[in-house]
Amino acid sequence: MPFVTAGDPSYDVTGRCLVAMVENGADLIELGIPFSDPLADGPTIQRASQRALAGGVTVQGILGFLREVRRDLTVPVVLMGYYNPIHRYGVSRFVENARAAGADGLIVPDLPPEEAGALIAAARSAELDTIFLLAPTSTPARIRRVSEVSRGFIYYVSLAGVTGARGELPGGVETAVQGVREITKQPVCVGFGISSPEQVRAISRFADGVIVGSALVGLMEEKGGDPDCPLRVGTFIRNLRSAIVHKN
Amino acid sequence: MTLPDSQGHFQEFGGRFVPETLMPALDELAKEYDCIRQDPVFEEEFNTYLRHYVGRPTPLYLAERLTKRLGGGRIYLKREDLNHTGAHKINNAIGQILLARRMGKKRIIAETGAGQHGVATATAAAMFGLACEIFMGEEDIQRQALNVFRMRLLGATVTPVSSGTKTLKDACNEAIRDWVTHVEETHYIIGSVVGPHPYPMLVRNFQSVIGRETREQILAAEGRVPDILVACVGGGSNAIGLFHPFAEDASVRMIGVEAAGFGLESGQHAASITAGEKGVLHGSMSYLLQNDDGQVTPAHSISAGLDYPGVGPEHAYYHASGRAEYVAVTDEEALEGFQLLSQTEGIIPALESAHAIAYLTKLIPGLGQDDVIVLNLSGRGDKDVNQVAEILEKGKRP
Repeated sequence: MPFVTAGDPSYDVTGRCLVAMVENGADLIELGIPFSDPLADGPTIQRASQRALAGGVTVQGILGFLREVRRDLTVPVVLMGYYNPIHRYGVSRFVENARAAGADGLIVPDLPPEEAGALIAAARSAELDTIFLLAPTSTPARIRRVSEVSRGFIYYVSLAGVTGARGELPGGVETAVQGVREITKQPVCVGFGISSPEQVRAISRFADGVIVGSALVGLMEEKGGDPDCPLRVGTFIRNLRSAIVHKN
Repeated sequence: MTLPDSQGHFQEFGGRFVPETLMPALDELAKEYDCIRQDPVFEEEFNTYLRHYVGRPTPLYLAERLTKRLGGGRIYLKREDLNHTGAHKINNAIGQILLARRMGKKRIIAETGAGQHGVATATAAAMFGLACEIFMGEEDIQRQALNVFRMRLLGATVTPVSSGTKTLKDACNEAIRDWVTHVEETHYIIGSVVGPHPYPMLVRNFQSVIGRETREQILAAEGRVPDILVACVGGGSNAIGLFHPFAEDASVRMIGVEAAGFGLESGQHAASITAGEKGVLHGSMSYLLQNDDGQVTPAHSISAGLDYPGVGPEHAYYHASGRAEYVAVTDEEALEGFQLLSQTEGIIPALESAHAIAYLTKLIPGLGQDDVIVLNLSGRGDKDVNQVAEILEKGKRP
């Protein structure tokens, strides 16, 4: 499950790369809405957000872009963005327009269930999934709460920290995911820090999905200007996809 | 009703808009703070440090020559500039470090803009022998070299922040990112009444010592509560500290003075309430400077301590409910206030506090001779003397 920042380096390149990802086995697309102050993100996604914003990317622009590209993407598309741009756009209006543009779900990393009442209500009536996050620090009470309001899947954050590729993931992710499964039947996908086929293989043994963001965003930072960027992105995704072990 | 509620809401403002990783830490902090709030031993400990280390109570001084110059009212200055480290910031730093010790945290982090909160935090950490790391924007490090040296002298690590606008807002982002990463052993001392619940509440309560002392002192001096309170507002901790203990006194007007920078119409200012819109920054719903697409826009003020695009949620609530008034004065006017207080009273104010002084020149003409005004002189101006000298002597504008 790849994450990319929309409009970095341009809507055109993002669109062609998304198609390449789907052709090479992506099971779900996370499309990032950039924000000026992304406090859950490490340097790679911070830079991507700044590039996209400098290039004139807006919420309205992203929804228009998604509407254009959606028919070429045969997998679910989830929008991921911080709360302030959504609040500014208008929560109900955003949810309705996102659904109309073809989004299937929403992830808002700085919006815990406690503050998400309006967004959840709007998303339910628009039939848009609300995906909430859990972290290594989450208590059983919080796991229950997040499970109650999540639709689609739960996003388990593999480590205490910000996004960004890590050479090694902390131990205990599998135990933690099992702990979550004892409390909820929802699918659990794992993200943060995952960049290599080896890591994807290890995580996919026990998770329902593996999310790769910064490594891909970093690749696009490097190759975004090259004509063969979609090809490179496709190869990258294919290598990760083929590492997935189907759990039974 | 007592605000905030249990979720940290001041009506529609405040709350907790943070990544899930931090939610348990905020719960723990709120719970621990609830315990110590009721604990007379903690209160005694806090008061002892305020008395013998910070130098409280600070005087409430009747500024007669300033009053005469402005031609009306009776102007009192609450002398927070006389605190150890030169500003009100130390009240909160001491309170939070005692709290961190109770929670068994071994490491302290903080953000800083001008460096006043960084210095206060580094000071408190040095006194208690805790490891301390201060996040500071690269731009601010250049502008405030002396405070950077002070923090390092006090044993703190000063980490330059090169993301975004390289100023206070980004230092805050970076401190939050560090806290997410080291949340188990680290306490984050936020320097103002901003951030996710319980920070706006606990910083307010630690700073309310300003207003409680003022109440006692003004009752002794005038036999009644003041007519008007005036304080500068960046994040808003010195203002809340003064206002809060008077919030139930309906006769007391409360005026917060924001930084209008080059002028509100220039778009280069830090007047989040006067000229901003509702939104979420650094974990709470409040007013902030942002564009039509919800992206935070850079603030500008001559005063680094006010140079912040957000404001505390309790101020947002005071504004929306009409309990307090918010106005803004420009860089230019603040410079005049800086000189006015220096020349009439022999007190060099911090550029932040100089905004509040400057507003008096607009406020006083409409008042009667018997109106009692208390102005929070939140900090002293030594840190700003070089900057002001450059501007005034060399004609270099901010």
